[in-house]
Amino acid sequence: MRTIDQTTQEVLDLASKHFQVPANSLAPEDDFFKKLGIDSLQALELLSRLENHFGIELPDYEVQGVSDFRTLASRIQSRL
Amino acid sequence: MLDLSKYQSIGAALKDALDQFAPEVCLVESDREREKERLTYRNFKERAHPLAKALRDSGFSANDRAAIIMTNQSKWLISAYSIFYSGGVLVPLDYKLTPEEQWQLLKHSSASVLITEYPIWRQLASAPSHGSVTNLKTILVTEAPPKADLSGARRWEEFRSTSEPTFIPRNRSDVATIVYSSGTGGRPKGCMMTHENYLEQCIALTSIYPFAPGVRYLSILPTNHAIDFMVGFFGPFICGAAVVHLRTLRPEYVREAFPKYKITYVSLVPLVLKNLQKGLQARFDALPSGKRKLFNALVAVNKVFTKSQPRLALSRRLLKQVHNAFGGELRAIIVGGAFTEPQTLQFFYDLGIPVANGYGLTEAGTAITVNDLKPFRADTVGKPLPGMEVRIVNPDSDGIGEVSVRSKTVMSGYLNEPELTAETIVDGWLMTGDLGRFDSTGHLLLFGRKKNMIVTEEGKNIYPEDIETAFESLPVKEFCVFAANYVWPQRTMVGEQLLLVLHLEQGQTLTDELRRDISARNSRLLNYKRVHGIVLFNEDFPRTASLKIKRNILAERLMHLDRASTILPL
Repeated sequence: MRTIDQTTQEVLDLASKHFQVPANSLAPEDDFFKKLGIDSLQALELLSRLENHFGIELPDYEVQGVSDFRTLASRIQSRL
Repeated sequence: MLDLSKYQSIGAALKDALDQFAPEVCLVESDREREKERLTYRNFKERAHPLAKALRDSGFSANDRAAIIMTNQSKWLISAYSIFYSGGVLVPLDYKLTPEEQWQLLKHSSASVLITEYPIWRQLASAPSHGSVTNLKTILVTEAPPKADLSGARRWEEFRSTSEPTFIPRNRSDVATIVYSSGTGGRPKGCMMTHENYLEQCIALTSIYPFAPGVRYLSILPTNHAIDFMVGFFGPFICGAAVVHLRTLRPEYVREAFPKYKITYVSLVPLVLKNLQKGLQARFDALPSGKRKLFNALVAVNKVFTKSQPRLALSRRLLKQVHNAFGGELRAIIVGGAFTEPQTLQFFYDLGIPVANGYGLTEAGTAITVNDLKPFRADTVGKPLPGMEVRIVNPDSDGIGEVSVRSKTVMSGYLNEPELTAETIVDGWLMTGDLGRFDSTGHLLLFGRKKNMIVTEEGKNIYPEDIETAFESLPVKEFCVFAANYVWPQRTMVGEQLLLVLHLEQGQTLTDELRRDISARNSRLLNYKRVHGIVLFNEDFPRTASLKIKRNILAERLMHLDRASTILPL
């Protein structure tokens, strides 16, 4: 079982790969809309990547209103 | 299709539709690759009537208000029908608002019933405002886990009575819905829409874009939005068509839905349409040189043959692969909620996929103008729909003035806001606050806004006043939020942004600490509500005797500053 810190790091790594930004430029508390310069549709693409990586389903309502990596990771962690 | 001119209310028309089209499929609900539900009109009635009866038994009666906060799904429409059947007023709320905003609107609307999904209720119940809203008598939640704490709510699935409910008739002039067009932060704007508004709008729209049994509409825009309520519920239902709901709006599942359900129509906001364009363009660009040349030649041929009007059968043959990706039966993409850039519209039309763009606002009962595609005009928002009187007020030398509308589709007013209503509807004419002019062929062209607001590409109306609470107690002398194009009119509907205007204390500077404070507050706002830049203004803001900022005068003073060098990035 992953710890929340591991999950958070994997979320950051995937986001950096998917949007091609340096991994060390992202921090757990970052607002991913702002930091990655993405819109709501691109955020949905990231969710799909995360679902595949973690092997879970994240219903849309679970991530409604979530905009920072740490909270996103905690929502994933609760479904692992 | 039902003859709506004979009906007095949404409920009466829907009631007859359920009987007339009983064996036809009306709803399909899909969750990822799983089809969760497929209902005929008969099944729909069997689900809705026990709910309507239970509502009546719980004391819900004519003119009572019931709010729905749900993502698009069959239970949304079943609940709405039950409310109309019981003579109630529907209050459709945006599920994307924060719990605090939702509570504010639940209170403002005086809803006595709330129907929502369990995860949304969980957040609402734990929000601080929960205790302050006392008007709710019945709360129904869907899909709650077996042992979940419902915090006083009841299970939607179990809330039913067995005997047949009594239909409660309403008149055309009665309020059918209260739709919030904006104003969650300050002054909620609850548009009171009458039954007549919907009946007349539906008659006008279906005269241009008809639905019929066999037509399948993909419902992606939130159903609380005026467009989806009309073309994703009322319109298809009174014609016997089917509505497809997706519980997951990830791009890959949306893409799969087109061929899987042979979609006929879909409504999208400009942001999604542009995204679709980007994706398609990238695939075209990736074609090997020879194939790309052939593809471009086929597009050129299609353009020639569709110059005066769409020829769907021909376009589907010429550009088969593109059309197959959309299921092969798509007749048009309806785009609304915000202004769409002409080049995006043209991109799809050139592929043989007509985009039905138009112009409208909730207050006008959804659409005012629609592109009738005869011929397609990407540079305009189309011609007025039948029954719409549209005029340009105080035109300048270029013929550009404020667009105003008179029609049976215009709302009766804003809930609890007689003064605001009187400012907005003048002598029966709805003042839209948008600037436009007609061309010689009767097409409307838009040139920005007269009012201080923006509409995002996701179709969200944002009033700067509503954002200002996020910056309360900011350590500066005074501040104000403006729509950039209100201060510096651009004669365009594209690239609208919000700006934070700061008047610093004497000797104060815009330090990194102050910037961080602003950024932190900004990021607590929903992403589409955020300000994009800062303007430093070194004078006292003009104010009324009651110390309210005179926004129009302040905007005039700011206008003299150079836009490009004045706006500091956040």
